[in-house]
Amino acid sequence: MPIEVLMPALSPTMTEGTLAKWNVKEGDTVASGDVIAEIETDKATMEVEAVDEGTIGKLVVDAGTENVAVNQVIAYILEEDEDASALDNVSASSAPKAEAAPAKEEEASSDEAPAAASSSAAPVSASGAIERSEAEPRAMSVMNSTQDEKTYTSFKTQTVREALRDAMAEEMRTDENVFVMGEEVAQYQGAYKVTQGLLDEFGDKRVIDTPITEHGFTGLATGSAFMGLKPVLEFMTFNFAMQAIDQIINSAAKTLYMSGGQLGCPIVFRGPNGAASRVGAQHSQCYASWYAHCPGLKVVAPWSAADAKGLLKAAIRDPNPIVFLENEIMYGQSFEVPDDDDFVLPIGQAKIEREGTDVTIVAFSIMVGKALKAAEQLAEQGISAEVINLRTIRPLDVNTIVRSVMKTNRLVTVEEGWHFSGIGAEIASVVMEHAFDYLDAPVARVTGEDVPMPYAANLEALALPQDSHIVAAAKAVCYR
Amino acid sequence: MATTPKRKRGTTRADNQASSDDLLKYYREMLLIRRFEEKAGQLYGMGLIGGFCHLYIGQEAVVVGMQAAASDEDGVITSYRDHGHMLATGMDAAGVMAELTGREGGYSRGKGGSMHMFSKEKNFYGGHGIVGAQVPLGTGIAFSYKYRGENRVCMTYLGDGAVNQGQVYEAFNMAALWQLPVIYCIENNQYAMGTSTQRHSSSPDLYERGKAYGIPGEQVDGMDVLAVKAAGERAVAHCREGKGPYILELKTYRYRGHSMSDPAKYRTKDELDKMRKEHDPIDMVKKLLIDGNIVDEAGLKDIDKEVKAEVAKAAEFAQNSPEPDVSELFTDILIDA
Repeated sequence: MPIEVLMPALSPTMTEGTLAKWNVKEGDTVASGDVIAEIETDKATMEVEAVDEGTIGKLVVDAGTENVAVNQVIAYILEEDEDASALDNVSASSAPKAEAAPAKEEEASSDEAPAAASSSAAPVSASGAIERSEAEPRAMSVMNSTQDEKTYTSFKTQTVREALRDAMAEEMRTDENVFVMGEEVAQYQGAYKVTQGLLDEFGDKRVIDTPITEHGFTGLATGSAFMGLKPVLEFMTFNFAMQAIDQIINSAAKTLYMSGGQLGCPIVFRGPNGAASRVGAQHSQCYASWYAHCPGLKVVAPWSAADAKGLLKAAIRDPNPIVFLENEIMYGQSFEVPDDDDFVLPIGQAKIEREGTDVTIVAFSIMVGKALKAAEQLAEQGISAEVINLRTIRPLDVNTIVRSVMKTNRLVTVEEGWHFSGIGAEIASVVMEHAFDYLDAPVARVTGEDVPMPYAANLEALALPQDSHIVAAAKAVCYR
Repeated sequence: MATTPKRKRGTTRADNQASSDDLLKYYREMLLIRRFEEKAGQLYGMGLIGGFCHLYIGQEAVVVGMQAAASDEDGVITSYRDHGHMLATGMDAAGVMAELTGREGGYSRGKGGSMHMFSKEKNFYGGHGIVGAQVPLGTGIAFSYKYRGENRVCMTYLGDGAVNQGQVYEAFNMAALWQLPVIYCIENNQYAMGTSTQRHSSSPDLYERGKAYGIPGEQVDGMDVLAVKAAGERAVAHCREGKGPYILELKTYRYRGHSMSDPAKYRTKDELDKMRKEHDPIDMVKKLLIDGNIVDEAGLKDIDKEVKAEVAKAAEFAQNSPEPDVSELFTDILIDA
């Protein structure tokens, strides 16, 4: 059978083109890779190479022909042992090849994007995903059934800083694959002293000072996690992780999916997130909504020392990449922590820190403390507020939030980050989807002001959510 | 299918340390990559492969020579021009082609595509679409070898375009500082997409890019599989002795455009023709085989037929394998904790 040379597509969106020129004539011998023709579209000119060796048996389409459909036969190549008579059988079928071409057009018509294929694929898959997610509404977020937290009898008082250190040390004692890496984590004992003592106990093979090279060491740690090591990577602050966000999202979060499940990435990215105190715009940003946006990551944000210990241990044991958002101001605060080596908290489960009946306040990280203070003030004014500590941002514990809103019928969200596409925006949507009929007032969001963080003390205080903002928002949704 | 080509057995070419068996092996492996890529180009033209498709035609001697110097236990990681690397690590042509067509039978079950494929079994760690990202990742793979006390090396491939990414130097620094067993194989095909090395690199000698970190580097004729193998062996020995990273700049040439939709107008036809006629890596080995009386034309033809049959089978599988089940949309996002 003579070999068919088909009109090729230069991009997934091309449906037809001009056969500009033949570089060969009938009877010429060609080898694989020889340029036999040139084709043109409105975007480009491209050479057509012979796909096999042999003799040009027939040129089916004349040079200069416009609107030649993709996949139409444009020539035949005769194989070594064939002569022109072999063409007798095929001349009837020199019409456009039907099977492939129409399918092609269908694909092409569904997107107007240019040759760039990654952009052309996106709208198609996005619409597909929407259809399916209507059939299985938000499987991810509602799967977290709330189980009762184990009760502990013995407690010790610890700072958040100590709790984080203990969590790492305990996990390093039980699993040789766990190591800690970051700037100043070893000899300096941690820029914020979170890794204090780890070098002494585990040595420099497992507690590793890096150069100041976020993008590089994040990629390096991610590569080691592909191999089954379990890095706990400390960013001096999450502000610096922006240099490394490509490795966090494109490499750590997406590789399991892109490899069809072959390559997991058990890594913890941890460090202080959000505003500290008077460190200005570049050191004071909340990244919760940035990371929570991305499938393939879990995002955890502890408030208390118990949260910090139980959640960090869970994060280190988790086989997935975890973004673990701490808060510098919280490091020195003390809390009661269960005195139990196997104290672990489930990722994906929120905690009701204070029960109430009139309004639900949802917060995470440092804002939980402010929400609790606000709840006290509200109680003095006769309003009973329920305070939820999210603990995990993604996957979001929708059950706990929705159940609370069904009871209180009013919701205030609190976060330090900006309001636009923030965590509060997501929670408001989720509550609207799952508990629309239970809401007696629009959801109120308390967020950081929509400005880069100012340095001046008075302006910084104005830019951050305060107890008074939460109180005002709670009263507003209660129409008081 | 497995016809044994006519050849003299056991002839060793002392001048380049390749036995006739080795030469035949390199010939076959390079030819497989070339025929595979030609077929991929053809399937792309028919609309059966979507998105971006970056062909390796012209560069075959690089990966075949490097893999000849490595052991099966060594890791390989590269960028998006990755089909050749996968075949050279022994991944199945049908599984690779089926990934290109986005089918269930592909290495990533159709969810990765041309640029994102992996085989844990063959120690092939991708297939990465962000230029330069594979360099710290490969350095991290080498870190894991050292951490666990394994005598393995990670072959980390990057192009002449990627050498200008900052993270490459961040990785060089840590690899040298911590003496990690990683070989940076810079495939200098002379064009970073459409920008020539003259226009994008302040110095033409990319093998010197590790100089500031004390990483030894060599420039190698990347069109000569035997030269690549010999340099690869030096680099591997260096790493296995615990001396840290090594850089090889493999001067090569890609015959096709950057991707399928690139008409490559930034270079002259003469330049391409000259490379094809005078420096083709497959023709070079072919000549050694014929001149050394290792195999005759008929023997070569038998190899060609075998390779062609393997590629045809891969293409057939890639077209007949079904698209992934719709349930696959939601799998492999997270591992159950």
